[in-house]
Amino acid sequence: MMEMDREDGRTPNQLRPLACSRNVLHRAHGSASWSQGDTKVLAAVYGPKAGTKKNENPERACFDIVWKPKTGQIGKLEKEYEMILKRTLQSICILTINPNTTTSVIIQVVNDDGALLVCAINAACAALVDAGIPLKHLAVAICCCLAEGGYVILDPTKLEEQKMRGFVYLVFPNSVYSVLPKESLFVKGEPMEHGLITSVTNGVMSVEEYLKCLERGQAASAKLSDFLRRNLQLQLPNDLSKSG
Amino acid sequence: MGLPTGSGDLSSEMEVDAFRRLFPLQFYEKHLSQSIRPDGRPLGKARDTTLALGAVASANGSALAKIGSTTMLAAVKMEVMTPSAESPDEGCIAIDFHMPPICSPIVRPGRPAEAAPVLSKQLSDTISSSGMIDLKELSLVHGKAAWMAYLDIYCLDADGALFDAALLSAVAAFSHLQIPVVSLNDDGKIVVLSEEDEEQPVNKEKRKLRLNTIPFSLTCILYKNYILADPTSEEESIMETSITVVLDSSSRLVSFYKPGGSVLAYSSAVQDCVALMRQRVRELQEILDEAVSGMEVD
Repeated sequence: MMEMDREDGRTPNQLRPLACSRNVLHRAHGSASWSQGDTKVLAAVYGPKAGTKKNENPERACFDIVWKPKTGQIGKLEKEYEMILKRTLQSICILTINPNTTTSVIIQVVNDDGALLVCAINAACAALVDAGIPLKHLAVAICCCLAEGGYVILDPTKLEEQKMRGFVYLVFPNSVYSVLPKESLFVKGEPMEHGLITSVTNGVMSVEEYLKCLERGQAASAKLSDFLRRNLQLQLPNDLSKSG
Repeated sequence: MGLPTGSGDLSSEMEVDAFRRLFPLQFYEKHLSQSIRPDGRPLGKARDTTLALGAVASANGSALAKIGSTTMLAAVKMEVMTPSAESPDEGCIAIDFHMPPICSPIVRPGRPAEAAPVLSKQLSDTISSSGMIDLKELSLVHGKAAWMAYLDIYCLDADGALFDAALLSAVAAFSHLQIPVVSLNDDGKIVVLSEEDEEQPVNKEKRKLRLNTIPFSLTCILYKNYILADPTSEEESIMETSITVVLDSSSRLVSFYKPGGSVLAYSSAVQDCVALMRQRVRELQEILDEAVSGMEVD
């Protein structure tokens, strides 16, 4: 299979340089900025606040997501991203700990150079950790792009996304470090972190190509999990408790 | 709480309804353990699907699709416009999905449904990426005139699996579409030709749009180890994890959409959903072909 030359010289499996910083905004209860190459997203979390919206279940915590694009008015694309983010974050949080509360997550796009939704999900997850919202596990998001020859490249730039046949956004839970033997944690013969939380595809592909993207995504999510774990642990001893 | 029996007099019937409302998950689990759902369907079976073409007489193409109780009305209207400079020989399609208050008690005039813009965007993405319609077919005069097709889909009854029914009605409306005959009048403008006009038509006769591969979709719900195909709105609200698979008639994957959800999808679940979808493609293709040939006989 021909090795594809990517414009910035990366190999097909190589991610762009990742940077994550927490506690960037002082008024927000939790905040994080996440950048992958030139794509940068800022996430802020306020909550839990009392009360839920009208149609929501009061026995659980509820989420309110606001997506602010870099330029332009809020349209259908932003509403779709808000919905996907809301349902993804609802599935990683333990909703029964703070019932009848609303947690607001505000996403501000600072720069869009491909894999924007993926960056936003990672930023929102880090911001939730910064705010101390109870989570079951972290959400690790990755973008796979399908090129003409049928091979998969990871973490595309905006130019690559537009040229390619299709792309897939995948979100997995983070990998588990456990004292128990690995096999006892398997579900249906697969490790828990291979389960898919969210998948959004764009463009036509065959079912086999999608499954290939899933495999690559699972492998890359392990690397991202390690990065997240190191990053979130480092800042813990220096964290002063946030006074109200 | 004493377990209610299914049969018996009115008082035990009331108990079943109360059990269903108060403990919906346990009610469903009792059925799922017997591999059946409360409406009597096996787990992998979709509800009865019907299609009626030509529901809106004034539109150029229209269709009414019903999957179980979920009802969608789609209509296409064509208008002549000047194509953009970047694509002078391509027409344009604008898709809009509406959820009027008639469809569901949670939608009120001042409180639009959250799902409407999301579904609208999903539908336009699916129809454009599946390549069902070649935009060059919508061109009239290179660089000067092309067709703009406005597709509006109205949800008349929202009972689960909205995307499936909406996509089916959109596809059926395009299958029914007849492009009107137009001619160039003296001012150099394109006008729609009516029966009496004697002028030379630009396009010869009313023709149907040629469709390439047609996309079909199926929504499945994941709950523990079960996969339920084609959920009702009650099932969707209780068991929130859903997967929507869109395959086209040549079995290519147009979309695999899983928006969050507490149940994780492993590759076995992915394979099972795709297998259910392949079966459904055959059923839906038959229903569509029957409806289209029924119209042609008339």
